[in-house]
Amino acid sequence: MSLEKTSVDIAAAMITDPTAAKDWLLVTPTLLTMLGGAIALITRKNVRLQPWIGITALALVFCANIALLNHVLNDGVVTMVMGSWLPPFGIAFTADPMGAMFATFASLVALCTGIYAAGSIRPEERRYGFYPFLLMLLCGVSGAFLTGDIFNLYVWFEVLLISSFGLLVLGNKKRQIDGAVKYSLLNLLGTTLFLLATALLYGLVGTLNMADIAMKAAHLENQGPLMGVALLFFLAFAMKAAAFPVNFWLPASYHTPRIVVSAVFAGLLTKVGVYALLRVLLLLLPAGHNWMNTLITLVAILTMLTGVMGALAQTDVRRTIGYLVITGIGSMLAGLAVASEWAVTGAIMYAVHSMIAMTGMFFVFGYIGKLQGTFSLREMGGMYRRSPILAAVSLVLLFAAAGLPPFSGFWPKVLLVEGALDKGMGWLAGVVLLTSILSIICVGRLWIYVFLRGGSQSIADGTMVALPQEKQKLPATVWLSVFPIVLMVVYIGLQPDAVMSFAHKGALTLLDPSAYVESVFGVAP
Amino acid sequence: MNTVIFRTVAPFLTALMTLFSIFVLLRGHNEPGGGFIGGLIAVSAFAIYGIAYGVAGVRRALHVHPMSIAASGLLLAVASVLPSLFLGQPTMTSQWLEFSLFGTHIALSTPMFFDIGVYLVVVGAITSIALSLEERESD
Amino acid sequence: METIFSLLVGAFFAASIYLMLSRKLVRVLMGVAILGNAVNLLIFTSGRLLREIPPIIPLGEYLPLETTANPLPQALVLTAIVISFSFFAFFLVLGYRAYQELGTDDMLEMRVAEPENEVEPPLGY
Repeated sequence: MSLEKTSVDIAAAMITDPTAAKDWLLVTPTLLTMLGGAIALITRKNVRLQPWIGITALALVFCANIALLNHVLNDGVVTMVMGSWLPPFGIAFTADPMGAMFATFASLVALCTGIYAAGSIRPEERRYGFYPFLLMLLCGVSGAFLTGDIFNLYVWFEVLLISSFGLLVLGNKKRQIDGAVKYSLLNLLGTTLFLLATALLYGLVGTLNMADIAMKAAHLENQGPLMGVALLFFLAFAMKAAAFPVNFWLPASYHTPRIVVSAVFAGLLTKVGVYALLRVLLLLLPAGHNWMNTLITLVAILTMLTGVMGALAQTDVRRTIGYLVITGIGSMLAGLAVASEWAVTGAIMYAVHSMIAMTGMFFVFGYIGKLQGTFSLREMGGMYRRSPILAAVSLVLLFAAAGLPPFSGFWPKVLLVEGALDKGMGWLAGVVLLTSILSIICVGRLWIYVFLRGGSQSIADGTMVALPQEKQKLPATVWLSVFPIVLMVVYIGLQPDAVMSFAHKGALTLLDPSAYVESVFGVAP
Repeated sequence: MNTVIFRTVAPFLTALMTLFSIFVLLRGHNEPGGGFIGGLIAVSAFAIYGIAYGVAGVRRALHVHPMSIAASGLLLAVASVLPSLFLGQPTMTSQWLEFSLFGTHIALSTPMFFDIGVYLVVVGAITSIALSLEERESD
Repeated sequence: METIFSLLVGAFFAASIYLMLSRKLVRVLMGVAILGNAVNLLIFTSGRLLREIPPIIPLGEYLPLETTANPLPQALVLTAIVISFSFFAFFLVLGYRAYQELGTDDMLEMRVAEPENEVEPPLGY
């Protein structure tokens, strides 16, 4: 029945003010990826067309995200409520600086992945639906970053989870099915725990809108049950982020799928968990965060240490990078543990750095592994002679991962160490630095063995093999996908101001929810 | 399961269930029903057809690949979200088009098209899962 | 009423965790299915329970005439059921494929992705 005929006051339930067209930028990333995914799925028999559709859609999403970022930068936190219902009844999409920035870098990573995949994904895998799955994965990721409703966040988690299952078994090898069983079971368990925590939170505060939760949870008389809910959220998201005691699914599965898939997973999936941790523990349940501070600190330290020690102990290069991802998660959790203005800025920046750098590393080492036919550090070698430019590029990425200046990993670590020292958590700062030193040993060894040690190489069974010497020309897809990432890594390293000020705005919005709440409800709390 | 009785009844049963699924889909706006449950009924219809005539028979009868059905549903659902953009309203605000055709009052709305999209997504996605499971049964 | 449901939810969780701790993949899948239902029941309970008054607005009215059952948990449960249903379908296919390809349904014997005696990395520079 159309609304005009009603006798009740519509303005009490629905938004009647006109919505600016640029507010639609909030939903553009999800809508565009869905559209692109649907079109790519319909045309998936046309194997030659697939990369073009996929890359066009991804590029459009990236542009939309840039515009959204600009919108948020100019006008502050932006909200749009689905179906014109007034918040908290309608599902809200809310972009704060952190969410918008994460969405932008996620779409950059996905765009580079789409380009890299054009050269490395086989026709039958395109027909199986690589590009639709990639687009749906990005749809889930952007939805998670931009939504302002906690149950909606769960739905986007499931969207990205089911697309990641599809990508994980692409190729259908024994190894992949083994990895997929562990990955999917443990990740589903994590999301179910998230749903469980959401249900309990709804029982406590009676709302699902994040801004509403932030207001109501702070004024709840009995804070006890909230602590339990916060603990459950922490467990669930730590599982998604691969934090220490629940990180074992990551090294068990990240080296099994096609290398592009590993790359996009390393860039996006764990960061969604970190994003959710920051959002829920800082914005929604700050009391829960304070109560769990020691626990979070402990988890952060153990994650950093297990990550880097795991990386040192691996022979397979892909698994080494997988463990480096875990180390990075530990550093972001350290920022969450300190929870001061600049430490959270550091955590946000580290997440952005980790998105681009880890994806770039998988691209580079995936390409090298394909050239050499092996990913074992004992059997690789001599790449410097074959491609000096690749050697330079991967040195940049490895140094960035270890947190050396002048690359993107340096500044977040500076902020984290500073933040920890300011709060009197000197030992946490010490562990961050120790992790960096161990990472330098790890990446240094990786680079020396893969690039410098050339010629004949002894492999595990003691025989010597001669490595090929001829120069290797990089394919265009590798150029086009790796260089934007490397440029970004160097840019953030040399000119951190833009990203840092934006991350700082994001941190301020997290620590003081009034801007967030005002954007949703129109009035300050 | 491949008895003569079943093979004779299956096409009628499939046709009836598909019809019923559309009925459930359309009544879903104001009464219990809707795209998801309607889609599941349609999938059960195809599954019954598959038990009687084999997976290849279902694929032949459907003409298009199930995943293409799902994709077109997704396309329709996304398209039904867009009209409010041009009216300066937030996403998914429902738009109505009411008119009389041969003396019958007809109310078309974007939620209905969204629901049809959901129906197609469910039909496509679950049919392709069901068919791949049935295929494995036989070998 | 809520107390009885809480006990029921607890029983569901206990059963699912017991099953998920098993080494056999099939039992783990059963555990996952029960876990999904346990959470659904929990969502339903945390929306407070009320008997037999469906949240349907009669024709011609714009507000429900009396206090109805809370419709939101029902919508959430429906969403969660849809999701857990599709995941369970995926897991059945995956578990079956794993049994075919790897020849085992014992979690401890699934060591293809992580072989037991891997060579050490080079230990010096």
